[in-house]
Amino acid sequence: MSTDTTPGQILDPVADRRLRTGPLSNGQDAAEARGYVDPPPRVGFFTDTSVCIGCKACEVACKEWNRVPEDGLVFTGMSYDNTQGLGADTWRHVAFIEQRKPLARQVTGAVARTGLESHDEGDASGAVGFRWLMASDVCKHCTEAACLDVCPTGAIFRTEFGTVVVQEDICNGCGYCVPACPYGVIDKREDDGRVWKCTLCYDRLKVGQEPACAKACPTDSIQFGVLDELRERADQRLAVLHSAGVSDARLYGRDPDDGVGGDGAFFLLLDEPEVYGLPPDPVVGTRELPALWARVGLAAAALSATVAAVFVARRS
Amino acid sequence: MSNQSNVGREGQEGVRPGRGATTGVHVGASSSNAETAVRVRDPWAPRGQGNGRGPRAIASSAGAATASYYGLPVLNEPVWSARDIAGYLFLGGLAGASAAVGAGAHVTGRRALARGAKLGAAGAVGLSLAALVHDLGRPTRFLNMLRVLKVTSPMNIGSWLLAGFAPAAMASAASEVTGLAPTGGAIATAAAAVLGPGVSAYTAALIANTAVPSWHGGHRTMPYVFVASGASAAAGWGLLTAPPTECEPVRRLALVAGPAEIALTKLMEREMGMAAEPYHQGRAGIYMKLAVGLTALGSLTSSLARRDRRAGIAAGAALLLGSAFERFGVFRAGVQSARDPVYTIAPQRARRAEVTARG
Repeated sequence: MSTDTTPGQILDPVADRRLRTGPLSNGQDAAEARGYVDPPPRVGFFTDTSVCIGCKACEVACKEWNRVPEDGLVFTGMSYDNTQGLGADTWRHVAFIEQRKPLARQVTGAVARTGLESHDEGDASGAVGFRWLMASDVCKHCTEAACLDVCPTGAIFRTEFGTVVVQEDICNGCGYCVPACPYGVIDKREDDGRVWKCTLCYDRLKVGQEPACAKACPTDSIQFGVLDELRERADQRLAVLHSAGVSDARLYGRDPDDGVGGDGAFFLLLDEPEVYGLPPDPVVGTRELPALWARVGLAAAALSATVAAVFVARRS
Repeated sequence: MSNQSNVGREGQEGVRPGRGATTGVHVGASSSNAETAVRVRDPWAPRGQGNGRGPRAIASSAGAATASYYGLPVLNEPVWSARDIAGYLFLGGLAGASAAVGAGAHVTGRRALARGAKLGAAGAVGLSLAALVHDLGRPTRFLNMLRVLKVTSPMNIGSWLLAGFAPAAMASAASEVTGLAPTGGAIATAAAAVLGPGVSAYTAALIANTAVPSWHGGHRTMPYVFVASGASAAAGWGLLTAPPTECEPVRRLALVAGPAEIALTKLMEREMGMAAEPYHQGRAGIYMKLAVGLTALGSLTSSLARRDRRAGIAAGAALLLGSAFERFGVFRAGVQSARDPVYTIAPQRARRAEVTARG
């Protein structure tokens, strides 16, 4: 079979328009549904937070590669996290959490050697142990992406890799994607007027390079790859952790049947998602939109009928 | 020896630090150290608007402690300015419903009411467009709204609606004022009347189709709330601009729309569950109370407007203000709900628990 197309190439203007305007064609084969011919496999991130050491190399690599402006030199005092959350100028964010909770099979010899107080003895509330949780958060590149769906200009689009990217030469800064995102990822850069977020290093993907954050991660907490393979790898890792007694371990955003059709960037967490600042069970608003449009139609009809009625009604 | 220090390599000899490291501050509001999270200074404050993004404890009305990441919001706060976008919610509602009133008055030969309503619709939609363009980060790119047609984006559909409605409403008003092209004016009036109710209603889809708890929570009833509020405002505008002899239809409209707005808002809040709380708190709470009071006052006063022009003006002003406070209150409640992670987290947890329980 001979075709002139190369993988990822957009075939024709009609397909191109379908790609930009899209029917409600999000789905697991997101790229294909958007008009790409023979797209490369969908890629993403699997962030295994159980091996994250909180070094923030991903934050730095992302900023350097993507030339993301400074996002505020602040000292929060709340933890080792002075970044706080994702935004227009923060595309990777390392969360840092301290808990009175033991790691699996945690043994310290500190008490015996030094005589210092240890969290092993427990505190007033009876909690025993002590652990640090670190997790590098990023845009989830949702299968059903709310930001993409609500974007009125078509500036946000689905790439051939199945990722979600903002075209900065199209975005007019309407800001609709900001409250639409159930994860609080995309945000408006005030001095620039447009919205920005992780592109999953679209430029690097195009030349066969992995994204800057994954490249920089020293422990392979951030793993880049073909999404299907990452999901398999994550399942295996979860099984290993569970058999090692880390019963808190769970995958987040892996399930293609969740409220956003699964995340392109998913996680292995050691506690409830909200502890990391992640929503426990987000649902893309677009799923309820058909019913919402129906109600808008009914409401508009009711308004027309009411106004007609007040003019037609006979004087009492 | 007096100058000999008792500080050695292992620290101060025989002295233990008075306090241990505080841990577990974020595992829940019930944690003994929860206050630590509250006292942290607000590093987001310099970003303008005093948007209160700093770490705060979670005040869950659900009683149970809800875990969060240092009380920080899960969502990014809407970047829309209240003046522009809440202002548009009000003006768009007024414009759309006024166009319908203008057509009704046109057909039934109420000249003054028709003139006022048509001018009101044109003026309100003109201001709406100005506010919408002003709120864009890149105002010169406002026409990008029309480079696609996209049903999944209420803002895109709204832009197309406005692209049809605004010229129609303005042509209708221009013909009314100048007396030129009466047939064209009638056609424009009809077109504006057809599109107007859509303009009044779609803004509910615009804000309900977000992740903002106190907006999304209204996705069942908000379209009806918004058309009632738009109708109430249009009735108010009619009472303000037309003499008592022509005001009978808008008096009736005020008597229907005002109470409907109040009742439907209550219904909407009931359906929202926990996300209704912001409607009773802070500035949103004040706005919503004012909305109810002014709308009720205007609706009642309108019945006196049959003979008394001054009563009509007072009723009209109250209805307009009531509708405006309704929209600013809804807008504000959404912003407040986005700031507090509990409104994002608790309902999602409850939903998930329900699904798990059902198997």
